[in-house]
Amino acid sequence: MIEIRMHGRGGQGTVLAAAMLAKALVAEGRHAVAVPSFGFERRGAPVAAFLRVDDKPIRRMTNIYEPHCVLCIDPTVGRAVNVFEGLQPGGTLVQTTARGLDDLQMPDTVGRVGLCDAVALAMGIFRRPITNTLMLGAFARTTGLVSLEALEEAVRGAEFRDAGLAQNLEAVRRGFEATTVHELTHAEAA
Amino acid sequence: MSGAGPLSPTVPASHPEKRGLLRMTPSLRPGEADMAAVLEKKKPKVIVCDGNEAAAWGVSLANVDMVAVYPITPQSSLVEYVAKFVADGRLKADIVDVEGEHSVLSVLQGGMLAGARTYTATCGPGLAFMFEPYLRTPGLRMPMVMSIVTRDTLSPQSVWGGHQDAMSVREAGWIQLYCETVQEVLDTVVMAYRIAEHHDVMLPVNVCHDGNYLSYGASRVELPEQADVDAFLGAKDVNWHVALDPTRPMGVDPLTGGAGGPGPRMFVKYRKGQCRGMQNALAVIEEAHAEWNRHVGRWHAPLIEPYRMEDARFALVTLGSMTGAAKDAVDEARGAGVSVGLVKVKTYRPFPLKAIAAALAPVEAVGVIDRSVDFGFDCGPLYKDVLGALAGLPRRIPARSFIGGLAGADITVGHVQRVIGEVAELAASGTPGPTAWLNERD
Repeated sequence: MIEIRMHGRGGQGTVLAAAMLAKALVAEGRHAVAVPSFGFERRGAPVAAFLRVDDKPIRRMTNIYEPHCVLCIDPTVGRAVNVFEGLQPGGTLVQTTARGLDDLQMPDTVGRVGLCDAVALAMGIFRRPITNTLMLGAFARTTGLVSLEALEEAVRGAEFRDAGLAQNLEAVRRGFEATTVHELTHAEAA
Repeated sequence: MSGAGPLSPTVPASHPEKRGLLRMTPSLRPGEADMAAVLEKKKPKVIVCDGNEAAAWGVSLANVDMVAVYPITPQSSLVEYVAKFVADGRLKADIVDVEGEHSVLSVLQGGMLAGARTYTATCGPGLAFMFEPYLRTPGLRMPMVMSIVTRDTLSPQSVWGGHQDAMSVREAGWIQLYCETVQEVLDTVVMAYRIAEHHDVMLPVNVCHDGNYLSYGASRVELPEQADVDAFLGAKDVNWHVALDPTRPMGVDPLTGGAGGPGPRMFVKYRKGQCRGMQNALAVIEEAHAEWNRHVGRWHAPLIEPYRMEDARFALVTLGSMTGAAKDAVDEARGAGVSVGLVKVKTYRPFPLKAIAAALAPVEAVGVIDRSVDFGFDCGPLYKDVLGALAGLPRRIPARSFIGGLAGADITVGHVQRVIGEVAELAASGTPGPTAWLNERD
């Protein structure tokens, strides 16, 4: 079982992204469970969603405390919450950021990093900083857990319409293409 | 006639059921050939949805005639899905957007008396606001189905999950079924209609699914075929014993009881009828789950689900979505050589006393995990019910109450591992400690 924790801010579509990712994973024959964290929903407040993937049915319907992968769809949410909390050694970080790898601080537990300047891409596609579908593409590129085609199908199955659907399909593909993946050795991480 | 029509638990001789036309006995069901058809069926349609959407799918598949709604967290998206299904033409039902939960049930009672199959969903403060018509529904023997998307009660102010709302109405006369998975939510909402409308039952059913973890937790769900559900439910025959009919006027719910005349015995007759309907429901719930498996090809344990109870030295008892993590914890403990099993309670009201007593009879200690509290006894309410089951056994089995998951708190595999450790100690000492609060130090 692989455990993924997604971080974002209210209004960015973190929970929707988790559901779309679960749909894509199930379409590829896996079992997936997405459990959102919850609070009084308000724009801008940190939100998290928890996603489990396995080849057999998943029974626990609980939050995730020791993820294998952390997916941040917001560039600054890491200032509000410790997104690395409980990350498994050799874990994966998928981060939206305009900065390069050398400018990021991260703990030794991070073994692989996928970086995507999703905010800039979103301003080009949506004219708004909506990064959730871009970062699904970045997740697929970084982890290889799900195919771009399955993600595109999940986006088609979501409630997007017309121009919105075309924009989000473009976003998934651009996020996939624009992501750089870095394998960290312990020395580099330190 | 003081209410013999509306409240009578007996079946009129003229009714088709008496003539054997509508009774859903296995002998009148399609035979073995259909069994093979079920097994050979094409691959099921798979969707990914949360528990609220799953409940709405169940409502749609059950061909409900009338829905009345008032939104409340964490139920809101459930009724939004139902409204969407109605707007899309998938569900041909009247949806009544009323001004509050008291009106929700009052409107549905009117619809039900006119012969409609009805549905609503609520939780927490909404359930509190509908309390008066909520009590009336089972007394009128109305086979309504209502989801409780369970939420802890106020105060402290909270909008998150917990069983306290459903537990607060556990003695109101509704059947209460608790779901473990999103799939079980969908399947149970449909099954609830067959249970509620069964002529030996004629009582309303609460299908309870956990706020947050099941209401918003999305997972892989297999959609039953409409034709299979139609065959499972059979011809719609709701509220056959009383219906608003201008050509057949009758009094509904006239004043009954008091200390004089026929009042006392009339009231006892109706109360006993309610109690009989509840007890009849135990067998009907089992039959409905067996028939669901036969038509749809999916099995859910109807009353309780014993899990790894063979040769278990001690046992946990669980309710609702916590069961998934508890099964994982039991598997881990078994892997480490700890002889623990689990009993999940699905049917909470009527309480499956005999089934629970039989399942727990061989063990040396029991730990019951509740997601709510019993203020009167300083323990969990399910724990108290389990004590009732254990009391009838010839040997004293020590038991302890564990309370967790209040107001949205998590019950993790780690929490259940702690419970397993405590119950192992209880099996050795025989002396139960006080009620343990799982999230006290989270």
